[in-house]
Amino acid sequence: MAENIIKGKVFIAGDNIDTDQIIPAQYLALVPTNPEEYKKLGSYALCGLPDSYKTRYVKDNEFETEFPIIIARSNFGCGSSREHAPISLGAAGCKAVIANSFARIFFRNCISTGEVYPIEAADVLADKFNNGDEAEINLTTLTVKNVTSGEEFSIKDLGSVKEVIEAGGIFNFARKNDMI
Amino acid sequence: MGMTITEKILAKAANKDVVKPGDNIWVNADVLMTHDVCGPGTIGVFKREFGNDAKVWDKEGVVIIPDHYIFTADEMCHRNVDTLREFVKEQNLPYFYEPGTETYSGVCHVTLPEKGHIRPGEVLFGTDSHTCTHGALGMFATGIGNTDAGFVMGTGKLLIKVPQTIKFVIDGELPTGVTAKDIILKIIGDIGVDGATYCAMEFSGSTIDALSIEERMTICNMAIEAGGKNGIIAPDEKTIEYVKSKTDKEFTIFSSDEDAEYQAVYNYDASKLEAVVALPFSPDNVKAAKDCSDKKLDRSYIGSCTGGKIEDFVMAAELLNGHKVVIDLFIVPATREVEEAINTIKIDGKTLVEIFESTGKAHIAEPSCAACLGGPVDTFGRCNNGEVCISTTNRNFPGRMGGLDSETILASAYTAAASAITGVITDPAQYLKK
Ligand code: SF4
Repeated sequence: MAENIIKGKVFIAGDNIDTDQIIPAQYLALVPTNPEEYKKLGSYALCGLPDSYKTRYVKDNEFETEFPIIIARSNFGCGSSREHAPISLGAAGCKAVIANSFARIFFRNCISTGEVYPIEAADVLADKFNNGDEAEINLTTLTVKNVTSGEEFSIKDLGSVKEVIEAGGIFNFARKNDMI
Repeated sequence: MGMTITEKILAKAANKDVVKPGDNIWVNADVLMTHDVCGPGTIGVFKREFGNDAKVWDKEGVVIIPDHYIFTADEMCHRNVDTLREFVKEQNLPYFYEPGTETYSGVCHVTLPEKGHIRPGEVLFGTDSHTCTHGALGMFATGIGNTDAGFVMGTGKLLIKVPQTIKFVIDGELPTGVTAKDIILKIIGDIGVDGATYCAMEFSGSTIDALSIEERMTICNMAIEAGGKNGIIAPDEKTIEYVKSKTDKEFTIFSSDEDAEYQAVYNYDASKLEAVVALPFSPDNVKAAKDCSDKKLDRSYIGSCTGGKIEDFVMAAELLNGHKVVIDLFIVPATREVEEAINTIKIDGKTLVEIFESTGKAHIAEPSCAACLGGPVDTFGRCNNGEVCISTTNRNFPGRMGGLDSETILASAYTAAASAITGVITDPAQYLKK
């Protein structure tokens, strides 16, 4: 997780995207630390979204998404503590989720695992991008640009958890600080 | 300045005199709980990071309770329980509630207090978001992911942020047919599913004092549905008596100082509350049950850590006694102890199970999480054909109890039972007033 620029197409999602929509319960028997099952989890990322989403996040019979950036509204990742949620997104090739707010456990799991960057924005960026627009996130200048429209927006600083992300997750952070 | 009960427990666990909201602190865990869904992944992280021969930090501290996918033909699910079994053997862990044996119990959050693993003043981390249930006994309990759990498993500690606390004071007497479930649904409806994100939710007041331990658990169980980090209720005589009946271990009682600081305080008059439901597809989509009588139902489900405890079934049976139901009624006791109770507790000389059976459409299962979270397609009670289900569980997101075309409506055991009699959402009061 050391990159400072994240580029790619965006996928737009709504409010309260819960962990059952990110990875439905029937796929939880897959164990994320097993490489083959990790890959499979990616193929199911966001497959629990209702049919009103006309574009699937990961196409049928594929393991990876064409959208490395998700832009959602508030309370992304609410629901269960399943780490399968950030992991399925990461396995599918998601690099960052930008939302107006995150549910606590999901946010925490993103940081502990180092799978995806959970980025908060004050503006409702889901209104400023369309599905498939090209975005460029800059974690140094704390901005995100809609390359398609040319507009630029600010994102929030990660604050005290930044140290943990920069270290590469909770284990590396603890080792760096001689806690383990 | 004073501290809240949550701050006091965390200060103790961090060996500090004072902590304040926003502090990032390393706390020592007393108990780490995991189950069949997140246990194999946790073990995977633990081995990857600490090595194949690593030992858990404290054998007494690790509690493994398979409960989610037990009664299924799904091979992957069986493999996951096998992984837990091997790990328990290798580590020689004393607390494993093993499927297929006499030690099998059922739903983790009902098993934990029953077996004496919940003690006031301690810190519990669990790989399940409803771990917040156990704040009902005055402990700090919160849900974590596999990576954090693997960390706790190896070190016995975790870096956490001290949450701000929101206080909910509920005073007065609940009207007939209104329960703990209605209180917490009302609160979630008022503050929204992200109303308490990152915060501790502290519940107090004369109504809470009057509630049983099980009803207090129902309230704290759903703190996560408002985004809360933990729910908590200060221990009283009832708590002490309950815990002492389950364990000989010492514990510490904390309560909030008078001058503790809260992010917000909400006051409720219990006498004004009514039976409510949360309509699809969000736990904060809360409406009075009496205003939803146009909503047709296909089934009624009584079970889970929120609504499958002994008292939930007593309430359901009290209401159903002497009635027929018009829709399928699924009965899933949370644990073996609850199962035993519904086979022995009697109302008017009939066991609870006899009362359910004489409703005409009851289906009674062995204890587990069952269809509360959908699960494999052969799961008991799973909504595979677009059913509309009124349920005593805690989540109603799209597809939560099965197919994406199914709908879950959250309610108390009274309301789920009354609605089974009519086939539409029904306020239970009319069936309870003598
Ligand atoms: S009963 Fe439902 S909410 Fe409770 S632990 Fe099981 S799946 Fe989770």
